[in-house]
Amino acid sequence: MSDEFKVEIVNPDKSFYSNESVREAVVPAFEGEMGILKDHISIISFLKPGIITILNNSSEEKFYVEDGILEFKDNVLSILTSSIYNIKNIQKDKIATDITEAEKALKNPDLNDEGRYLISQKIDVLKTIN
Amino acid sequence: MASLDDLKKRISSVKSTQKITKAMKMVAAAKLRRAQEGAEKGRPYSDRMNNIILNLSKNINDKENAPKLLSGSGKDEVHLCVVMTSDRGLCGGFNSNIIKKAKSYFQKVNDQGKKIKIITVGSKGYDQLKRLYENDILEKISFKESKNANYFDAEKVGKIIIEKFEKKEFDVCVIFYNQFKNVITQIPQEQQIIPLKTSEGEKNSTIDNYEFEPEEDEILSNLLPKNISTQIFKAMLENSASEQGSRMSAMDNATRNAGEMVDKLTIEYNRSRQAAITKELIEIISGAESL
Repeated sequence: MSDEFKVEIVNPDKSFYSNESVREAVVPAFEGEMGILKDHISIISFLKPGIITILNNSSEEKFYVEDGILEFKDNVLSILTSSIYNIKNIQKDKIATDITEAEKALKNPDLNDEGRYLISQKIDVLKTIN
Repeated sequence: MASLDDLKKRISSVKSTQKITKAMKMVAAAKLRRAQEGAEKGRPYSDRMNNIILNLSKNINDKENAPKLLSGSGKDEVHLCVVMTSDRGLCGGFNSNIIKKAKSYFQKVNDQGKKIKIITVGSKGYDQLKRLYENDILEKISFKESKNANYFDAEKVGKIIIEKFEKKEFDVCVIFYNQFKNVITQIPQEQQIIPLKTSEGEKNSTIDNYEFEPEEDEILSNLLPKNISTQIFKAMLENSASEQGSRMSAMDNATRNAGEMVDKLTIEYNRSRQAAITKELIEIISGAESL
């Protein structure tokens, strides 16, 4: 199909996800959510905690991601991340423990603004999944 | 000459050693397959990471303000060497090859009047280096508990390195590990990770015009620490595949040697048994004749 591109999600130890026919990918880029369509300009950016949505003609898939780098080039979107979970498989109690841990981390006085922003972002996203 | 009983004992002891080495070989072969798979699956990540960083650093015009992890601290006085070895022995020349490589590097650096500091990953490396370089070893890290190389361990090592770099404890960081080529060949490698070497000779590769969000240097300063963990992780994966490969061939050799030894001992046993019988016969016959 003419308006489809390829998405690859890679973990340090394996290839996590690969799909040749994606119509649109919505990724939580650091400076705001970003929708990527075919023939997007080459871009490098990194991710904040959020949800990656991958849409093709009939279905959509959602992943929760904590951090990572994304590169789009020649109609291939590669996402490098060490912490990604398919929302279908993620366990409710893991989310709960993650939220409490993140809230604890937020109270750390040594945290800089960027870290604070990232953690509160993480809590917000986790709450929406839960 | 050893008595028949002694020989018998030796044969059975060599045989049981052979059983052990055979079993270890089998285990190593099974683990090797997994480790090799892991190393192969891990390659895309580190390759892409490298690629992105290469692209980014080409796009940075202002070298002066480039992140320190990329450009280095401007000096070349203290070298931090991260020597990555295994936690277990009985794997042929695996550990000593890395150590040999590392030691020759230490020698070179020392000869230039510069200082070295060492971090050992894996207990075997520490055991071999502590005699000569006890005072230079800053830290010894061992992941005995973790079964397979995993990214979190690599991240821990990466964090330690970055922390020390920010405290200006060293200027250049080099890691030593074995690159897995095939079961019989593992090549000890030294790889400089701080400052990052970008001149990888790919001059004809076209520089893509990327859009960056946020700015290049911000991405870079975020990416470089990750890259260090990634490089460490890659080294760990290569190392674990190499370790199993090396152990497998070492154990294969040991099994074969034990087999040869059993053969030799069996021949000796049979000969001396026959000699004993002949001796007895002679005694009986000469006894009968003298009557």
